Amino acid sequence: MAIAARDFRELRLEGISRDFGQLRALRDVSLTVKRGEFVALLGPSGCGKSTALNCIAGLLQVTGGAIWLDDRRLDELGPEDRGFGMVFQNYALFPHMTVRRNVGFGLTTQRRPKAEIDRRVDQALALVRLETQADKLPGQLSGGQQQRVAIARAIVVEPPLVLMDEPLSNLDAKLRLEMRAEIRRIHTMLGCSTIYVTHDQEEALSLADRILVMIDGQTRQIGSPEDLYSRPAHADVAEFMGYRNLFRSRAQTTDDGIVVAMSGARLLGTPMEAVGAEAMVAIRPDDLQPRSGGPVPATVELAEYHGRDFYALARGSDGTELYFRSPLRVNPGEMVRLDAPRERVLVYAA
Amino acid sequence: MSGAQLSLRRRLRERGLDSVTLLVLPGVLFVLVLFVYPFLYGLVLSFTPKEGGGWLANYRRFFSDPFLYDTIWLTLQIAVPATLLNTLLSVPVALRVRLMKRQKLLTTILVIPITLGTVMVAEGLLTYLGPRGWLNRVLLEFGIAGSPVRLIHNYWGVMLSLVISGFPFTFLLTLSYVTGIDPALEQAGAMLGARARERFFRILLPLLAPGLAITLALAFVQAFTVFPSAVLLGAPAGPTRVISIVAYQAAFEQYDYPLASAIAMLMALVQVIIIAGLLGARTLLFRGPVSTGKG
Repeated sequence: MAIAARDFRELRLEGISRDFGQLRALRDVSLTVKRGEFVALLGPSGCGKSTALNCIAGLLQVTGGAIWLDDRRLDELGPEDRGFGMVFQNYALFPHMTVRRNVGFGLTTQRRPKAEIDRRVDQALALVRLETQADKLPGQLSGGQQQRVAIARAIVVEPPLVLMDEPLSNLDAKLRLEMRAEIRRIHTMLGCSTIYVTHDQEEALSLADRILVMIDGQTRQIGSPEDLYSRPAHADVAEFMGYRNLFRSRAQTTDDGIVVAMSGARLLGTPMEAVGAEAMVAIRPDDLQPRSGGPVPATVELAEYHGRDFYALARGSDGTELYFRSPLRVNPGEMVRLDAPRERVLVYAA
Repeated sequence: MSGAQLSLRRRLRERGLDSVTLLVLPGVLFVLVLFVYPFLYGLVLSFTPKEGGGWLANYRRFFSDPFLYDTIWLTLQIAVPATLLNTLLSVPVALRVRLMKRQKLLTTILVIPITLGTVMVAEGLLTYLGPRGWLNRVLLEFGIAGSPVRLIHNYWGVMLSLVISGFPFTFLLTLSYVTGIDPALEQAGAMLGARARERFFRILLPLLAPGLAITLALAFVQAFTVFPSAVLLGAPAGPTRVISIVAYQAAFEQYDYPLASAIAMLMALVQVIIIAGLLGARTLLFRGPVSTGKG
């Protein structure tokens, strides 16, 4: 493939911050992205992840910190001079230009010869499988096709870094899965680095090499998808990563490990940070299962059939809501005894 | 009720005609009584000259008297620059205002001239710009000008008044077109290396152009029919003897309604020609939605 990312070693964010008046949207975020790496910025809406992306793009000025591409300082440059590709949430295709002219826009800006523009636009369109749509206007394309045009337009200039701002959030579920695979394929093929903003943990887990979880404008955790999925560093990260059972409990450190109280029963857990007498306990519904002789008694209130298993809500003897999965059918009103393996009961500071 | 009746009603409904359609009747009546009838009346009147001489006599008279036909050219000389100036000025101002936080306040200030009305603005300009007005007193006092600058009772007085009363109008229209353009488009342009100038000419202007054509057309109609400020601030006997003044004089000084009607018809014709040209050019432009995304 002729399109390849420009060579560079790494992009460094050194403590970047952004204030909007009194509001501190982004606080002291540091991150190093290596060439070829796919990093997801993950967080709930309003957490500052889009602000961070816009600061990297140059669409927003940072109010503190520095951005480096190898030894070139970028944060004082405008977006025109950074040379990054960007895919916008609403695609931001130029409605009055054909697909071909949209994709060629960046090359025209660079005053490339026409033959080269044509050749590279053709390559980019082939890469996103839109060769046949080149002469249409964006308004004549479906959402997924528009998204592909936006990607082609961003990568045709061979940027070292591609920024994506929730690019799949306007697509329906089936198309989202398709485009997810497509984005990963294109990323691998180009060898560029990608920073991908999303609030969808599943998207981040499946796409990224590394995930930065951001809450309230601050980095809460940086790690591999596996780290984040199975070992969230803080209770708020755990909550965001799908640890649906999250409750306050008394904790007691014993020789066997840490013991927490759950719905009146005692359960062994794994401490994730220094824990006092009060703790937050986090358990993924997948890890909480009914078992004969399990320590936690509960009454099933709701059960949904999910094909491979049942997803159910039960209420413990002290009123705690417990979400769990069961391979066998459970019915509302039924008594179950729940259990979770010790390494999957995560205990955080309260 | 017979089956034929039912099916007629159904067929009408499929073409979008049902009882709700009747609601347009008052509007149609209004247009007929207040526009179509007077227009046709004037048209017929213009072909029935007061002093005989064949049905085209009024038009022949208009085009044989330079004192009359020159007014078309004279009015265009005022209306076209005023229209262009107002519209071209609106674009950068609107582009700037779009990014402002206190947009409402500024918009309100700019719109005040519309609410004041032409006559009030003219009165203000007369005192302010007159030989003994503030402006000239300041200019004389500081020795910037040796003698009072003449800005009223000539071409510039009318032009100023047209800008003051016409600009808010073109600005508001342009602002609405500008704010309709997704700011992400410009950001996308910037990310692809286009600087402000290139973004303007390659992205904003093509998307604004159809709206600007409409703005130009409406602003031109306003300026071409200029009357009060041409009388109050201009030199109605000389350089600002615009076509509406001639029509007025024919009607209310010479009491020659047929001639006045003929002049009004010619005014309409000039406007139709210019607007048709503008809208014709507009069909060559991109006129789809100016935002992207799902839809």
